[in-house]
Formats: sequence, structure tokens, C-alpha cells
Amino acid sequence: MVESGFSSPRHDAFPAGLRVLVVDDDPTWLKILEKMLKKCSYEVTTCGLARDALNLLRERKDGYDIVISDVNMPDMDGFKLLEHVGLEMDLPVIMMSVDGETSRVMKGVQHGACDYLLKPIRMKELRNIWQHVFRKKIHEVRDIESLEGNEGLQMTRSGSDLVDDGHLLSGEDMNSARKRKDAENKHDDRDLSDPSSTKKARVVWTVDLHQKFVKAVNQIGFDKVGPKKILDLMNVPWLTRENVASHLQNVDLNHEGDKKGITSAPVAEPKGALSIDIPDPHKAQSSQISFDHSLGSVDSGLKFALFNSTNQTRYSWSEIPEIQFKQECEPLQLENGFSQLPLPGSQHQVQTEYLQPAVSISSGPSITEKEVSSRPLYDEYRSNHVKHLSPTEAVDLFPVPSRNQTLNNQVFNPISATTSSMKNQGISLNDLEFAQRNLNGGVGVPIASLSEDLQFCWLQGECYAMNIGLQDFECIEYNDPAPIAEIPFLLYDAPRFDHEHLFDPTEYAAIDQGLFA
Amino acid sequence: MDIVSQLQRQFIDYSASLHHEGFVDDQFTQLQKLQDENSPDFVVEVASLFFEDCEKLINNMARALEQQQGVDFKQVDASVHQLKGSSSSIGAVRVKNVCISFRSFCEAQNREGCLRCLQQVTHEYSLLKNKLQTLFRLEQQLLAAGGSIK
Repeated sequence: MVESGFSSPRHDAFPAGLRVLVVDDDPTWLKILEKMLKKCSYEVTTCGLARDALNLLRERKDGYDIVISDVNMPDMDGFKLLEHVGLEMDLPVIMMSVDGETSRVMKGVQHGACDYLLKPIRMKELRNIWQHVFRKKIHEVRDIESLEGNEGLQMTRSGSDLVDDGHLLSGEDMNSARKRKDAENKHDDRDLSDPSSTKKARVVWTVDLHQKFVKAVNQIGFDKVGPKKILDLMNVPWLTRENVASHLQNVDLNHEGDKKGITSAPVAEPKGALSIDIPDPHKAQSSQISFDHSLGSVDSGLKFALFNSTNQTRYSWSEIPEIQFKQECEPLQLENGFSQLPLPGSQHQVQTEYLQPAVSISSGPSITEKEVSSRPLYDEYRSNHVKHLSPTEAVDLFPVPSRNQTLNNQVFNPISATTSSMKNQGISLNDLEFAQRNLNGGVGVPIASLSEDLQFCWLQGECYAMNIGLQDFECIEYNDPAPIAEIPFLLYDAPRFDHEHLFDPTEYAAIDQGLFA
Repeated sequence: MDIVSQLQRQFIDYSASLHHEGFVDDQFTQLQKLQDENSPDFVVEVASLFFEDCEKLINNMARALEQQQGVDFKQVDASVHQLKGSSSSIGAVRVKNVCISFRSFCEAQNREGCLRCLQQVTHEYSLLKNKLQTLFRLEQQLLAAGGSIK
């Protein structure tokens, strides 16, 4: 018997509205549990058979937050169900049984149960099950953080946006493209409220896969890389050119060796809500980025992580009390802020403008001989937790007013490399606070060390909460003391879902081609 | 004492006796607490489900134990296990206790022992059913007279 209780998971009072799926072949218990869970203000769906439960879960992949299942069921062993749920949906599962034998309990834990309840179950035990959902979210984010070299990319293409040709967009184009994107994003935003809104397939860049990628890149040669060539060499049948292209964006080829450039991504994402508070641009310091001109070139190593949870709806129930996410990002804020970025010394025409979408990307592609060593990458955390960014991975360069915001970050610094090599040079931040402020939980990354390591990592994620207005990213290349040729540099691979995404895929593609022709 | 108070007294006393005699335990009280305006007949409904389940399981056990060719103890045990779980749902202590010894007999593949347990379980189940039905009747009377069990 299956009862449906689908509804939007969002409620104002956390953890109310937690969507629970109860599986038990005992009708008496099913009724009692349902009643108890409802009294806890959870949303309950009941199932008498494991098979039905799996079907339900598969049909609505993000329709539930947690599963409670009895160990003994006629059609399928509860442990098996537990395994399936863990593998396919990665939801927290609580086991129940009247049998409390240690061996059974242990088996449950071994199979991945996050808890094992003994019948008769009391209401107070059920009241606390939300902890498991919350805990899992936190751990997931932490795991992602600790994964270096692994990437979970949200590959989303908004169809028409991906322009795969070699032209570089002019500022004009970028603007309009961005507007288009904005409109789409807004649309996506609305969609996002639907728990079952699209989840695009995600390519997980495992270490293996990434190694293949690196090998291919090496073979082709940094200066000649292009997604198509890489794809061909990698020889991974299911991988698409787009996958490689976005991965290329995210990877700082200079630092391939230390895997710094890669951050992994998916983080539980509060549904429909990711908001990053971009500090008031006029809060000055934070927006200062100065370039270290020691070599006359800018290190392209600002790395910041943009994490986007691909599990967009998975933890859609995100009413974690302290974390508030605003739905809308305000690109404008950033833009302004960026406009205040001081131009690093006269030698470099780092135009802070480039952060502004509106910035005219002047002159087309003069990227000719220049290479952009690393694309600005940024990771954004969409997690609900304050995450500290591991120093090697990401640095929050943008002070995001931490309103419990987990958005730590970012801002990018487009940096280009010298022509001859893709070196990363440090970008020294004027404002130490800058980086530190956003390192929630504090991984304090001393600015000094940052300079070398700063890499721009930008992970495409579903959500670009980064309100940097960086839709159109301009990367300005430095070539020694010579004036920089402006390179319109757009990075993003924007999956879009719910936030205005700041990146226009078309532009990205353009750069891709332009830079690595 | 007016009629409502009387009925109330009766209900409370009877309820207490069920606990004292070990027919039900605190779990039953929990169920009573779960009952509210949204589900005014919650306890009765749960009890009905339990009775149905019980009967079904007892029949399964009887059938399995009757097999002349050879008793499938695993099957009997499975049913006993289920009954144990079910009884814990309403706090049917005595039934549950019989299930515990029943399971040891199953494990020992002791048909005689199992049959005895089956008898006991059937007996306890009937007793409980009667008791609960009486309780529910008292409750009905009380409510009808304008009183409440809370």
C-alpha cells in the first residue's frame, strides 16, 4: 500500500516538512509510524513493500529527504533496500526492527544505515531523524572539499547558449547574451521551486578520468589544447566535447601537477535558494585585488571555488535554521565592486571592469599569441555550511558578508599568463581580510602563500550564486610590461538552474576556441 | 457520581488493569496519546489492524506446523518474528513474550514446542482482543455520555 504525500518540501519551520518515506510490511506499524511522523510535522509517504519504495524513490529522485525502513520485509531484505537507496539515491536511511541483536544492528550500520531503531519506536526518536539529513549534508560538503583532483561538474547546457565557434564576443554581444541568460535564469529560478526540476546529468571527473584528460592535454600541448582534441585523445566514449570543454575551464593547466586547480563540486544545494551576499562594493577593501607584477605578468592563480550542488533538489529541504539563502543574486553589486578594483599598477590593464558584464570587451580577440594560463575558476559553495576552504583549493576572495552564508567567496581574478608559458603567478591581495574573511571556519590562508597558489577555479555548478555579475568575464592578458591585450574571457559553463547564472556559455565557448586554437 | 464520572472512572480503572495484568504496556499509552481530533479513532483502528495481522500470522504458523511432510521452521519463525513485531506496535506484552519462546522452539526445530507455543499465542491473542474490545466499548459509552478519555 502506498500513500502519496508529495508536496513541496519547503516549509518555514525547520525541520518541519522533512519528507520521509516509511517502508514496513507491518500495516500496524506503518499506521503508527505515519501518525507519529505527522505529529512531528514531517511529510510522510508509506510503503508496504520494498519494491514499491524503490519505485517511488526512483520516480521522484529528489522527492524525499530520508527513508525509514524495516529490516524484515517479504519481498526484499531491508539491508538490500538500504544498499540500493544508498547507491542510487544517496539518501540517509534508518533501519528499524523489533530485533535488537548487536549483529543485526552492526549489519545495518555496515550496509550504510545512519541509524537503527528498535521497535517499539517512540515519537521522540522520530523527532530527531532530521539530524541525519543535516549531518549528511554537512559531510557531503566536507567530502567534496577534501577531494582534490576530483570534480563533480554540473554540466548543463542551456542549449542555444553554447556557441561553439571561434569568435570572441564583443562587449555588445556579451551584454545581450548575458541578458538572455539572465532571462533564462530567472525562468529557471522559478522552475527551481519544483522539487523535481531538472537535474542535469553530471559528469564526475574522477581521478582516472582526469588523468586521461591531463595526459591528453600534455600530448597535445598546452598551447594547442582544445576540447575536441582532448576528447579525441582521451578516448572515453561517453564523454562529450562539452564535458571536456567545461573541465578545461575548470582546470588550471599550470598546476596540473598539484591538482590545485580542481575542486570538486557537488554540494547539497538548498533548493532554489542560493544567495550570496555580495558585499557592498563600496566596502572597498574587499574588492581590491592587486596584481603582483613581479614578473610583469599576473598569476593566473586565483582559485576560488564555486561549488554547486548538483543535487539540487536533493536537499532541497534546506531549512537549516542559520542559513539563509536568498534567491537572487545581485550581479550589480559585484559589478560595482569590481569596478573599483584598482588596476594593478599601470602595467597591467587589469580591468576590473571585466568583471562587469557590461564591460565592453574591447577589441576582439587579440589573444592570438597569448595564452591564458588559467581560466578563472571559481568555486562557489552552495552548501549550507560554512566551509572552510582548504588552502590549496580555494580561497575566498570576496568577502561575502557572512550571514551565515556559506558562500564563501569568490571572486575571481582573471589572469592570464605570459605567452610563453602558463605560469601562475601570485596575485597578492591587498586586503588580507579579503581572503580571510571569507574563510569560514577558517582556513586562514595567508595571503602570501596564496599568491602562489591562487588559482582561479571555477567550477561549473548548477548555481552560480556568485553574484559577481561575472557573466562575461574578461580576462586580460598580461604580457610583460606591455599593455595588456584585452581578451574577452568568458568563463562559465552555466548550468542553470535556479540562479541567475553569471556565465554565458556562449562566451565561454568562444574563448575556448579563441584561446586554444 | 454522575454518569459521566462513573463511566470515566470505569474506563480509567479498566485501562489500568490491562496494564497491571500485562496485557498492554506503555506502548499502548503512547498510542492513546497519538489519538487526536485528526484521528479520533486512532487506537481502535490500530488495534483492528493488529487483530487482522495476528489472525493471518497465526493461520500461517498453524498451516506450516501442520505440514506432515516436514515442517518448514524457517517459515514458522518468519511468521513468529512478524507477530512479535506487530505485537510490539500496540504493546501486547503477553503475546510478545510467547513469541520469544516460540522462536527458540523454532530454532530448535521442536515441533511439539512450537505447537504448544502456537496454542499459547492463540490464547493470549484472544484474551487481549476481548479486553481491548471491552475497553473500546467503555470508551464509546463514555464519549456518548459526553465525557472524554483525556
